[in-house]
Amino acid sequence: MERALYIHIPFCVRKCLYCDFYSISDLSLQDDYIDALISEIKRIEDKKLKSIFIGGGTPTVLSKNSLEKLLRSLSKFQFTEFTVEANPGTLEKEKLIVLKEYGVNRLSIGLQAVQDKILKSLGRIHTFSDFLENYEMARKIGFNNINVDLMFDIPGQGMDDWKETLEKIAEIKPEHLSCYSLIIEEGTPFYELYNMGQLNIADENIDREMYHYSVNFLKSKGFVHYEISNFALPGYECIHNLTYWNEEEYYGVGASAHSFIDKFRYYNVDDVKKYIYLVYNDESKREKIFISKKDEMSEFILLGLRKIKGVSKEVFKKRFSDDVYNVFGQEISKLIEQGLLMDDGKNIFLTNRGLDIANQVFMRFI
Amino acid sequence: MPSDRQKKIRNFCIIAHIDHGKSTLADRLIEKTGTLTQREMEDQVLDTMELEKERGITIKAQAIRLVHTTEGGEEYILNLIDTPGHVDFNYEVSRSLAACEGALLVVDATQGIQAQTLANCYLALEHDLEIIPVINKIDLPSARPDEIKKEIEDVIGLDCSDAPLISAKVGLGIDDVLKAIVEKIPCPEGDEDAPLRALIFDSYYDSYKGVICYIRVKEGTIKKGMKIKLMASKKEYEVTEVGIFRPQYMEVPELKAGDVGYVCASIKNVRDARVGDTITEAEREAKEPLPGYRPAIPMVFSGFYPTDSAKYEELKEALEKLQLNDAALIFEPETSVALGFGFRCGFLGLLHMEIVQERLEREYNLDIVTTAPSVIYRITKTDGEVIELTNPTNMPSPTEIEFMEEPYVKATIITPSEYVGAVMDLCQNKRGIFKNMEYIETTRVMLHYEMPLNEIIYDFFDALKSRTKGYASLDYELIGYKESDLVKLDILLNGDPVDALSQIVPKERAYQRGRAICEKLKEIIPRQLFEIPIQAAIGSKIIARETVKALRKDVLAKCYGGDITRKKKLLEKQKEGKKRMKQIGTVEVPQEAFMAVLKVE
Repeated sequence: MERALYIHIPFCVRKCLYCDFYSISDLSLQDDYIDALISEIKRIEDKKLKSIFIGGGTPTVLSKNSLEKLLRSLSKFQFTEFTVEANPGTLEKEKLIVLKEYGVNRLSIGLQAVQDKILKSLGRIHTFSDFLENYEMARKIGFNNINVDLMFDIPGQGMDDWKETLEKIAEIKPEHLSCYSLIIEEGTPFYELYNMGQLNIADENIDREMYHYSVNFLKSKGFVHYEISNFALPGYECIHNLTYWNEEEYYGVGASAHSFIDKFRYYNVDDVKKYIYLVYNDESKREKIFISKKDEMSEFILLGLRKIKGVSKEVFKKRFSDDVYNVFGQEISKLIEQGLLMDDGKNIFLTNRGLDIANQVFMRFI
Repeated sequence: MPSDRQKKIRNFCIIAHIDHGKSTLADRLIEKTGTLTQREMEDQVLDTMELEKERGITIKAQAIRLVHTTEGGEEYILNLIDTPGHVDFNYEVSRSLAACEGALLVVDATQGIQAQTLANCYLALEHDLEIIPVINKIDLPSARPDEIKKEIEDVIGLDCSDAPLISAKVGLGIDDVLKAIVEKIPCPEGDEDAPLRALIFDSYYDSYKGVICYIRVKEGTIKKGMKIKLMASKKEYEVTEVGIFRPQYMEVPELKAGDVGYVCASIKNVRDARVGDTITEAEREAKEPLPGYRPAIPMVFSGFYPTDSAKYEELKEALEKLQLNDAALIFEPETSVALGFGFRCGFLGLLHMEIVQERLEREYNLDIVTTAPSVIYRITKTDGEVIELTNPTNMPSPTEIEFMEEPYVKATIITPSEYVGAVMDLCQNKRGIFKNMEYIETTRVMLHYEMPLNEIIYDFFDALKSRTKGYASLDYELIGYKESDLVKLDILLNGDPVDALSQIVPKERAYQRGRAICEKLKEIIPRQLFEIPIQAAIGSKIIARETVKALRKDVLAKCYGGDITRKKKLLEKQKEGKKRMKQIGTVEVPQEAFMAVLKVE
């Protein structure tokens, strides 16, 4: 089976207040970092990949030169989908042209909200009009598969703000939308503020109202709700991310990236300098853990249930030579009884109630 | 007349309020007399249990033999008996005191006399001990030794004119203490040839030696091979070893009247060699046992249940093992509809209970749900039968009850005078009956109250501390039973009564209590898949209600390739928390809920 490839660019102009991904704003290491990435990429022997995804951080913060150097190293692969993440304010015309030239066929733009006041409160570096400008430009250059990241349950964001965001974005017709409920992650400034009681988070009822509204609204606009937080026009589901949710194999290249290859999950160190050192010096120091069949089955279910259509009983059986009810029968029956899961004969999937409290379901499979 | 041998022995203990420096002084004495080398010294040498060191308290008595050489070159044997300091262990303290001729009364030079200082001091006076006041912590800038000396003279009536002024922490004045011990504490007396009478002041279980009895020989001699009899338990044994504390066990040929040491005699259970019992010779029995023996009486009862019901047998074994070394702990099997199979356990007091619970969790790795502690209620039924109730669940229906009584204590509280109002208010809230109040000095007051034991056992001490910025001190003793108007308050979760949450409350407080408990449970019980009504009821009448709303949102919005491991860990943690909860019907209840019902104001 073809694998996916993820490349992490841990640089940002500035870290957003809620973000817990590994990134730094000191760009001076980018040349050395790109060289290390390329050296790691060279070790991948696969010719054909399912997808490539350059994420971050902010990949488009790289200089045009660095970007080009990295893209060149990837031209040895065949692929179906090639996504690059971008942030408004870093997406100049020349960079877009370079991306296009090297076969990038999907953009994922982090917008979050259309109200500049909210963008500012999140610590974002751009305005809504910056986004629109970039978006138009990308369309003009020929990108015909664009994702926009949005966020709800942001402190200070009302239901009206969220509706406005969805409507304005629906108007410009992206092929794909991610709508995330803000998570207060440990180690972020938001986490500190939250603990000091200085973050005014709406209650769960409003969060769910926003979520349910998005689902209904986007469906009415022709989007398919295919993962807890993801929506796509038919045929535009993200191939790369489905790899994770299908518990299939992927390479992860760069600082803090993870790989899942031949029953092992590998962890790259989340420090640019250490990463660069380790790439050249001691590959064996890379942390890895064995994913047993039991782990794999459990991950298959808890990742698979993130998909709206759930897990296929047939795929489970083929992959693990065992019936899913043999392994998890008790858990599944109980959850069906509680109205959190449903079995339509082919697939087992979360009910609407299950989608709201999916952790309660996932937990049972660990 | 004391023999020449006895003239060179001094048996003493140290009494003090918590944190006044008892253990530190003991350490200095050990160090100064060279009993342990510097390398062997570690802080609080005598507190051997991990728990004792952590909490800074002494739970079990300890003894150590110090050899002190005076300036004149004479050698004295000083037997130091370290006693527990907490009111839960008052009886143990009294037995330790009975093993001594004198006591050092350590008083903090910054804080002065506290409730426990007084309580222990009176206990020592009752035993006719020679008391040497020692003023500690004189190195602190806020020390006021002269005032404290005057206070001791005024309140207790002890002459403090040549009381040693010391700092145990920095090692100041320790020689004066040693000198005072030798000069002031009387040497032991007692006929070495009379029939044996030895007082057991503590006993330990050791898996190799059996029970090790810590004894003070009052009369006669005890040696290996001797047939002995325990006068209270009436059991007979043959002595396998006698010895002294250096502080490790060191075998000696014999112990004679006046000596402090240990004896082993293949005794299988501490129950057979209880604290306070008298050892005599089987062949030549003493006419009378030493005075003051009484078996330990548990005052506080609580249900102990394994969180995982499969661990019932493990819990039983653990309790049995703890009991080997703790004659005061009692338990019997009990069943709860809500919690399954467990044990009703009896303790000397709350501290004793907490210690047992902590030891079960730490040393035996058991997760325990404990129900709210209860005192023993005495119920006189309409048919004249009198029953003692230790578990609220078993309370007969009100129509069968003629009247109910509950245990009362005499509480002594010492507080700076500015907090008198706050303390009185608290005591009032806890159904205290004011007895009297006296000024110890112009700025400090001693209050006497009679109070239901039930009100004291849980958070009274914490409440007292928080209302007086930590300055007040408390001591209490049981004075008997008084009639009270009491009712059983039941708690219902999701419509079903949870027996383990029932408690007995004064009738006039029932509404207020019911409301407070419902509110508290609402805070503690996490939201679940469905809405959970929490109700408080007396009989069939619902008196309060709260609702835990159904869980609305619990979902990780993002999960991609780099997240899986971390997100899985979060879920594992969440699941672990769930596991620690007790499933009652369809409701998951955190362990602390069962104790928290007592903590409400």
